[in-house]
Amino acid sequence: MDFFLSRYRHLTVLLIVITAQLVLIAYQVKTNKDIPLIRVWAVTAVTPVEQGLELVRRYTWGFVEDYFVLLGVRGQNERLRRENGQLKIENNYLKAELSTADRARALSVFQARSPSRTVAARVIGNGTGANSKVVFVDRGSTSGVESGMAVVTPDGIVGKVVDAYPTASLVMLITDPTFAAGVVSQKNRVHGTLKGQGHAECLVDYVQNEEHVDIGEWFYTSGDDRIFPKGFPVGQVTAAPNGKTFKEIYVSPSGMQGGVEEVLIVLQGVHQEVPGGEVASPAYTILAAPAAPAAGAAPTPEGAAQAVPQPGDLVTDADRLRAIYKEAGIEQKHTYGEGPPGSKPPDFTKIPSVHGVPPPNAPAQSAAAQIQPHQAQPNLTKTVPPKPTAAAAAKPKPVPSAAPAETDDEPASGATAASDQASAPAARKPAAPVVRPRLPVATPSANPAAGPNQ
Amino acid sequence: MTEYTERLLTETPRKAAADRVRLVWLVVIPLIAVLSQVYVPRFIPFLAYLELPLLITVHFALSSGGPIPALFYGMFIGLVQDSLSHQPIGMYGIVKTLVGYFAASVSMRFDVQNPVVTFILAFFFYFFHQFFYWVLSRALLGEALGFDAQQTVIFGLLNAAVALPLFRVLDKLKVAS
Repeated sequence: MDFFLSRYRHLTVLLIVITAQLVLIAYQVKTNKDIPLIRVWAVTAVTPVEQGLELVRRYTWGFVEDYFVLLGVRGQNERLRRENGQLKIENNYLKAELSTADRARALSVFQARSPSRTVAARVIGNGTGANSKVVFVDRGSTSGVESGMAVVTPDGIVGKVVDAYPTASLVMLITDPTFAAGVVSQKNRVHGTLKGQGHAECLVDYVQNEEHVDIGEWFYTSGDDRIFPKGFPVGQVTAAPNGKTFKEIYVSPSGMQGGVEEVLIVLQGVHQEVPGGEVASPAYTILAAPAAPAAGAAPTPEGAAQAVPQPGDLVTDADRLRAIYKEAGIEQKHTYGEGPPGSKPPDFTKIPSVHGVPPPNAPAQSAAAQIQPHQAQPNLTKTVPPKPTAAAAAKPKPVPSAAPAETDDEPASGATAASDQASAPAARKPAAPVVRPRLPVATPSANPAAGPNQ
Repeated sequence: MTEYTERLLTETPRKAAADRVRLVWLVVIPLIAVLSQVYVPRFIPFLAYLELPLLITVHFALSSGGPIPALFYGMFIGLVQDSLSHQPIGMYGIVKTLVGYFAASVSMRFDVQNPVVTFILAFFFYFFHQFFYWVLSRALLGEALGFDAQQTVIFGLLNAAVALPLFRVLDKLKVAS
């Protein structure tokens, strides 16, 4: 044994050291606990130096920058150069001051308006490791910061606190490959999981290919992850191609545009509403209410004919039916609602749009007004021919499915679902003399052959 | 007083002072390297590729003369790096321990003062460091990280190019101290 140890002393020491570190890692991974002592020592030793360096940089960088600027204008006149240099020094100094003041003011305004309780912090250094995207901020557990807290700016989320030390905290940025957060899109309310990619853009994962996401659409935090309160902006979609199973939605983080300098750590988050956006692709179209008739319009047949809806008029089936029956009443000098019960009603069999022929006493203009919509949209409107006999009418009529626009009892394609349901009983009762006038219907799609789902 | 005792009396304080200077350099230079890795890329992102703590480890190992001090030195620098990252402590520690050990072992067989050998060793140990860290991340932590060999080779060449003047400066500092 002694011979072995003396012969392989170096190797033995190496194995002991490696084994000790492996045990250390295994302990941390298995118990999901950290070794705070070593980290606190290292961070406490490094962060004061970083803060000092940052302080020196803030007060000297402008002068160094101006020095290099002045090197470029050495050939100019000495007096002008001195004046120019002075002005540039002053200008840069004021610009830097103004920029700092603007950022600080924006941060404080956001902090005051946000319902969440936050604390402002400044980034003082990066974490080690080429792949990791972590930064140190100058607020730690003495300021109430804890691991797992969200880090945001007025422009959007930045990351989350992964370690809190007494004087500083380690923040994992949203571009880190191991970062994840729940997000929801603004317009279509598509839920997904934001993942860092190790570069400037992030990926929203677990969104089905069937979901609809627009380029430029905003994503907000959904609050599902219990880290980020709902309603904080995340970023805009730059690309959203379909993937193998899920969409590959790339988002440009809005909170990290132009670098991260000052941030807010959310000590106590309050959920907010995601700002409303326009509905991108509704499955149906809501029609506008019919226009009120002009005051003083004479109830003449011509006027009634004008009341018959034209193609493209935004009226309902009930309005059109009402207009047609009103026209019949005017032609037959019958006023609806008057006369004793049981009095003779108007002869509805003379309604021109029902039988496809104009009434004998109707003016030609009125007939033209009735026929015009049919000619304009032949697939959408069709007159119902009279049933020849009761026996023929009693025979069940098959309902073709391939060309619904050609059937009599089925509505033209593109009609609303409500009119579909209304026409179904009529199709099942062929013997009943139910007449359903075929009227132009405003459809959500310009294509008359398009189905209701399109 | 004999010549021997006289030499003992004069050399002991000198040796103690030299040890103090050596200890300061051993602690200060790694801290500066780690600090520069933490701070400098904030303003010059391109320099994030520079793995100064690794280069310091390699330099120390090549000039230490023994694997055991080199592996402990690598472990120390690696643990400091680990404590400033969000990974479990020990990942960089293991990798840099191995780098220190192997670099010191190599220094016993090759002429490490030759710039070409230095360049090749710096490149090799950078690649070894990155690759072994990637293996450990996948094996011990289960992280599905990718390994970009082409980028690692390019960064390895850049680090090796930086290593040549850096090692020369460190040698001069050591002699001066």
